[in-house]
Amino acid sequence: MKGLLLRDLSLAIRAGGGFGLGLAFFLIVTVLMPFGIGPETPILSKIAPGVLWIGALLACLLSLDRVFALDWEDGSLELLATSPLPLEAVAAIKALAHWLTTGLPLVAAAPVLAVILNLPGDGFFWLIASLAIGTPALSAIGTFGAALTVGVRRGGLLMSLLVLPLYMPTLIFGAEAARRGAEGLAAATPLAMLAGLTLATLGAMPFAAAAALRVNLR
Amino acid sequence: MSIWEYANPRKFMATSGALLPWISGLAAVVLSVSLIWGFFFTPDDYRQGSTVKIIYLHVPAAIMATSVWFMMLVTSLIWIIRRHHVSVLAAKAAAPIGMVFTLIGLYTGAVWGQPMWGTWWEWDPRLTAFLILFLFYLGYMALWEAVDNPDAAADLTSVLCLVGTVFAVISRYALLFWNQGLHQGASLSLDAEENVADVFAYPLWTAIAGFFLLFLALVLYRTRTEIRARRLKALIQRERMA
Amino acid sequence: MPDLGRYAVEVLSAYAGTLLLLAALIAGSIWKARRVLRQLREAEARRKAPK
Repeated sequence: MKGLLLRDLSLAIRAGGGFGLGLAFFLIVTVLMPFGIGPETPILSKIAPGVLWIGALLACLLSLDRVFALDWEDGSLELLATSPLPLEAVAAIKALAHWLTTGLPLVAAAPVLAVILNLPGDGFFWLIASLAIGTPALSAIGTFGAALTVGVRRGGLLMSLLVLPLYMPTLIFGAEAARRGAEGLAAATPLAMLAGLTLATLGAMPFAAAAALRVNLR
Repeated sequence: MSIWEYANPRKFMATSGALLPWISGLAAVVLSVSLIWGFFFTPDDYRQGSTVKIIYLHVPAAIMATSVWFMMLVTSLIWIIRRHHVSVLAAKAAAPIGMVFTLIGLYTGAVWGQPMWGTWWEWDPRLTAFLILFLFYLGYMALWEAVDNPDAAADLTSVLCLVGTVFAVISRYALLFWNQGLHQGASLSLDAEENVADVFAYPLWTAIAGFFLLFLALVLYRTRTEIRARRLKALIQRERMA
Repeated sequence: MPDLGRYAVEVLSAYAGTLLLLAALIAGSIWKARRVLRQLREAEARRKAPK
């Protein structure tokens, strides 16, 4: 299992592995927002938690097709399926690798980007906490979506259509926690709900993803 | 085994073929009666004026929209557990019907809401959940179209339906959390749960029955098409290989 | 036509839109059914022809 994780991580980091792309996309989307919404600071600081959450979510989404696609194309996915490692574990490792290479960097970048959106000082802790707790759920759910569409040519857009509604609860709780924190209100409840959601998805999604992979590998 | 590959579809085709004219006829009658009754022969509501007549479209459509998804869930489960082809093809057939019902619910809700609340749309939990349901229908239908192998498509869409339902339930609570504080009871308290007066309730129940019969007729009809389409695909593949 | 008062536009567009959507659904279903049935009959005929 560790071998698979290290392999995926090194593949992602290598040139062409798309490691920095999610981060770059997050930056671009964040920078684009004021152009679309207007530069007024009070408005930007009010919407900053939501914008950052959506930017992180979209960056996660866009890097999901790498989760299984490369292994699918060169046949390694079939080899992984026949290995002694259960397919559920493979899916879980893939999700973990995705989070380490996409989610975690986003969490690190978020406070920096929050500065250019004038996030209120109170909000920084809650933003980072909510993203740190929520992005693993995004990776887990996204891995399921990637498993569903792995056999579909150019399935990226379809995967987005399938995954985005599933992302909604995570986004709601995560952005609520960040928003309430930024406004100085109590944000523990949404954060707790988010944590519950993440734990539940981390537990359940590998099974759903493995089921989808089995169908596609027949 | 020449005509159909599977025995069950044959029985389904025979039974549905016999029933369909009756169910379609009944649906047409009940639906027309209910809508004509509601439109022409009911009074206005003193609060809502004539817009109350929209209830005969909006409420049945909304009820059916969620019921159809539930039916898809059950039939998908039957497919996963018992590999009964007709079941999963019925789910596939039902999806566009549910989607259109959802669309009708959203549209009539907006048209009703504008004069009543002064807005076409509110991000209140019930409306938002309904919009998400529409997206779920789209995703389900898109996945069917995208996957080539029929059995793989059946399995994947069934898994999606299952996972989607779980997330829909979770979303319900998330949405209540998201917006409960702002609008106490601003959501549709105008449906049949409230004490709707008899003069409205009777045509409403008839309309609900009409919409249900319409769904029944359409899903039987479309499932027959799906069974034939599957047979067609098998034949064409055999031709290609020969 | 009953007196719909000042909500005539709303009520009528609700009914019109609904009937339109239902008609499209029914028409689409019939169109697809006929197309599939025709293609199936053709495929069945091709299968039987050389035998």
